[in-house]
Amino acid sequence: MIKQIAVFLENKEGKASACCKVLKEADINLYALSIADTKEFGILRLITDDNEKALQVLKNAGFLSSMVELVGLEVPHKAGALSELLIDLGDGGVNVEYMYSYAEADGHAKIAFKTATPEKAIAILQSKGAKII
Amino acid sequence: MQYFQKELETMSADQKRVLQSERLVKMVKYVYENQKPYREKMDAMKLKPDDIKSIDDIYKLPYTVKQDLRDAYPFGMMARPRKDLVRLHASSATTGKLTVAGYTMNDIDVWAECAARSLVMAGADEESIIHVAYGYGLFTGGLGMHYGGEKLGACVVPASAGNTQKQIQLITDFGADIICCTPSYIIYLAEEIEKLGLKPGVDIKLKGGVFGAEAWSEGMRNDIEKRLGIRACDIYGLSEIAGPGVACDCEFKTGMHFQDDHFYPEIVDVDTLEPLPYGESGELVITTLTKEGMPLLRYRTRDIASLNADPCPCGRTTVKLNKITGRSDDMLIIRGVNVFPSQIESVLLKNPDIQPHYHINVDRVNNLDTMEIVVELSPNISIDEIGHVEEIRKKLSSDMTSALSVSAKITLVSPGTVARSEGKAKRITDKRKL
Repeated sequence: MIKQIAVFLENKEGKASACCKVLKEADINLYALSIADTKEFGILRLITDDNEKALQVLKNAGFLSSMVELVGLEVPHKAGALSELLIDLGDGGVNVEYMYSYAEADGHAKIAFKTATPEKAIAILQSKGAKII
Repeated sequence: MQYFQKELETMSADQKRVLQSERLVKMVKYVYENQKPYREKMDAMKLKPDDIKSIDDIYKLPYTVKQDLRDAYPFGMMARPRKDLVRLHASSATTGKLTVAGYTMNDIDVWAECAARSLVMAGADEESIIHVAYGYGLFTGGLGMHYGGEKLGACVVPASAGNTQKQIQLITDFGADIICCTPSYIIYLAEEIEKLGLKPGVDIKLKGGVFGAEAWSEGMRNDIEKRLGIRACDIYGLSEIAGPGVACDCEFKTGMHFQDDHFYPEIVDVDTLEPLPYGESGELVITTLTKEGMPLLRYRTRDIASLNADPCPCGRTTVKLNKITGRSDDMLIIRGVNVFPSQIESVLLKNPDIQPHYHINVDRVNNLDTMEIVVELSPNISIDEIGHVEEIRKKLSSDMTSALSVSAKITLVSPGTVARSEGKAKRITDKRKL
């Protein structure tokens, strides 16, 4: 499982940059960043090289932040690889709440997703030979 | 029709004083015998009913505040047994608990007479078709004007609030000449009527209306009168005393004629509670002179206004209430509904996902009041999905609507972003230009 930080942001100028600035000042490196947004607010999702520290500095700076565990996997570099895995998850009754891709220094494509049933998801993925992170 | 009850509405100042004195003396005895909260208050002050000999002694009587009514919730203030009460009305109180008012058949009659007097001031008579677009329910507007219209002998259309297209159809097809609703709603109606291309005076036969339950300005009055070609009268009332009809404008608009044979008004200094002379602005205090179900002595309305006793060309001799200019508490009136910030607070306190730091923004968009409640999310919750935030907002929004009886837009913000203030928090921004 991968740890992710979620930060609630109002849709106001400078909110996302203020958040990134806090992380920069704490010397935290970002691996992944994804934003879900509505007209009035957004949720910034981050994976960093030091999630515990990131959560602490964001909280200290007054951001509504929390740590969430996601299922992470490496996806082979070939067309349709992700699609097959998603079909398997769906068939197995796993509901994916949200998902995004990210890369670490090793250059492999990685996928992180949120589900209410991570154990089931991992079991299905492992049975298909996917590499879980 | 010039007056509904000529003798009562045009009696001389001396006759009025005699009548008010007789009624007050009787009222105080009645209150002392039948309402325990007053008996206790008067005993504590060592005040006997016999000490009240005329209307001039009114200042000796104890004040009544909304809290007294809340303490007596629901029936502790009633002066009559349940079998004599024929109706209960209720309005919001500061803590979310309702303020209840019980009426006997006679109280309903008196109120209807006052409402009928008001309708005549707006130009109604027995031939009138009166369209009532106030809400019917616990709120006194709908039923109050309804009974007033019937008492007058006019024909009442109980349209109640909402469904504007149907309202316009009824007004057009039935040919209503008098309308009763909130001032913001009549402006909205006027706009919709214009959009439909209906011509006042041709398709729309309205010639007058009473508009109340909300503060409104002379500017709004001019706008309403010009657009619809009608006489727009401000009407005052509050459920604790009687609904609309306690006071109302006549065609000369020299101040609202206060039905002071039934309800005696005083203006007092908000801080010292010293009675103030005519013309000076302070809190309106009302003593009921004829009520049976729930009489009130010197009830502090929290409405800020002044009185005037200048002669009115219409011939009515009542004292007059000038426009209400504000409140001495933090009550808001949103689309005619009383809203206290403390009610909002009590809803927020029950919800663990947010913290009770909030700000209320009130505005008037397209002539309808809007209310936004900006509230902070709790720093202890975990949010990583849009749906979480939407769920919190939906829950809060529906809890708020059921507590306030009026909808509010909920805006959720990060912890620590609502401005904190030292001492008395400034929680309301009212952008309505009245």
